[in-house]
Amino acid sequence: MFTRRLLYWASVAAGLVLAIVPLPDWLDPVRPDLALLAVIYWILTSPRIAGLGYAWLSGLFLDVLRGMVLGQHALGFLVVAFLTHRLQLRMRMFPILHQAATVMLLLALYQFIIFWTDGLIGHGYTHWDRWLPVLSGALLWPLIVAAGDSLNRRSG
Amino acid sequence: MVELTHDSRPIIGRGPPLGATFITLAVASIALMVADQRYDQISRIRAWLTAAAYPVQIGVDLPFRFWDWLSGSVADRSRLRQENLELTARLRLANLQLQRFAVLEDENRRLRDMREKTQGVTERVLVSSILNVDLDPFRHRVLLDKGRVDGVFKGQAVLDGDGIFGQVTKVNAATSEVILISDAEHAIPVQSNRSGVRTIAVGLGDSTKLSLPFVTVESDLKEGDLLISTGMGGVFPPGYPVAQVTKVKRAASATFALVEARPTAKLDRDREVLLVWFKPPAFASDRPAMPAAAAPGAPKPAEKKPAAATAATPAATTHPATTRPPSTNGAPPATTTPKKPEPSANPPATGTPAPQTGTANQ
Repeated sequence: MFTRRLLYWASVAAGLVLAIVPLPDWLDPVRPDLALLAVIYWILTSPRIAGLGYAWLSGLFLDVLRGMVLGQHALGFLVVAFLTHRLQLRMRMFPILHQAATVMLLLALYQFIIFWTDGLIGHGYTHWDRWLPVLSGALLWPLIVAAGDSLNRRSG
Repeated sequence: MVELTHDSRPIIGRGPPLGATFITLAVASIALMVADQRYDQISRIRAWLTAAAYPVQIGVDLPFRFWDWLSGSVADRSRLRQENLELTARLRLANLQLQRFAVLEDENRRLRDMREKTQGVTERVLVSSILNVDLDPFRHRVLLDKGRVDGVFKGQAVLDGDGIFGQVTKVNAATSEVILISDAEHAIPVQSNRSGVRTIAVGLGDSTKLSLPFVTVESDLKEGDLLISTGMGGVFPPGYPVAQVTKVKRAASATFALVEARPTAKLDRDREVLLVWFKPPAFASDRPAMPAAAAPGAPKPAEKKPAAATAATPAATTHPATTRPPSTNGAPPATTTPKKPEPSANPPATGTPAPQTGTANQ
């Protein structure tokens, strides 16, 4: 149980680090929200361990790392986590492509929340490339599942 | 297919009840956002959290820094490297001074009031590196490796070797966040070095472009004009280059011209920048006359009329020749008296008035 928790936090931490690692300019807008993908995956596999608090804290830490308004990404993570919890019984049964499409919707919702709160705060960024992480995240989902499953098997 | 763990019982695996937690946390995040945006009480929480984030940011930065160091030390011997670093640091400082003097030279011919302002400016600079951390792809912010412990303050001006870079928006314990002049939320008061037209340069979210939205079609701005900081607002020191005008489009029917400029600072390529402490331009009239009270032995009149006293005494300490006329008061000026009779125009550019009473920076 404890090692599992550790694993979940470690994977989110890795996602958070990758969220602020400098990338070349052309790759930067495509950067997927890996921390969020990790959160979604762990909620699907073990909803009792990976709860809403876990998702919320992950989002809050992303806010802190990026120096954003506190609570912005936390809210996005929370809403996505809540919906994932609601959909988990169905989502687990989906074939992988179907699952990736659902994840894409969740990511789009997340981006929309960020976009919306950005607008409320007054930093609106309206260029279309803001939606690229949604696409890249969905394309990455099968890989996330494969990696997560192997981690899952190993940690028993 | 997502693999199940013992934690998710397939049939009844609904997980814990979520409604209450969800609403609590949602309200908490909204409250946090509002508090962070509107009030300052949250700064302590933020301080703790950023302290927790610091090791991560440093951890992300380190490999890049190590690689820089490695490639540097493999390429040449350590002595050469040390020398090189020293020289670049010195060159950067020299560059900084040089650009300022070039600008000052032009200014001095044209704007007497500007000259008076820049005289009071004395700077202390601190070289700071930009951490290799991507804050947000949509905003032009960077993280510096100097923070409150180094005396960095909110609103501090940041320069690089070629011009104005940005200003500090957030100060953490050991890091600080800087908004670049190209950020879409940033605006800086500027002035054309050629014609003296004052306006405001607004960022566009593009590191190669600034927009000057408030230039009327009649104003005297041309392509190639150098825009320098005016020092208005007290954030940026006056007289440093900000941008070069790249495009001026005037439509006869419009009130404002379409003007764009390219920042002179290397906003997207800098690794190291300079944090600047400067005294905001102070004027002779609001400065108490400390040496005046000490020197002539007649403290009372000097205290009564500080404006006249300050104008005369700094010159008295530095240039005895030029101050003779005001003191003897009537003798025909035999030496280097300028054309203007009033003494306030006298202080030469070299003899910066000594009494820098350390008024607060901000």
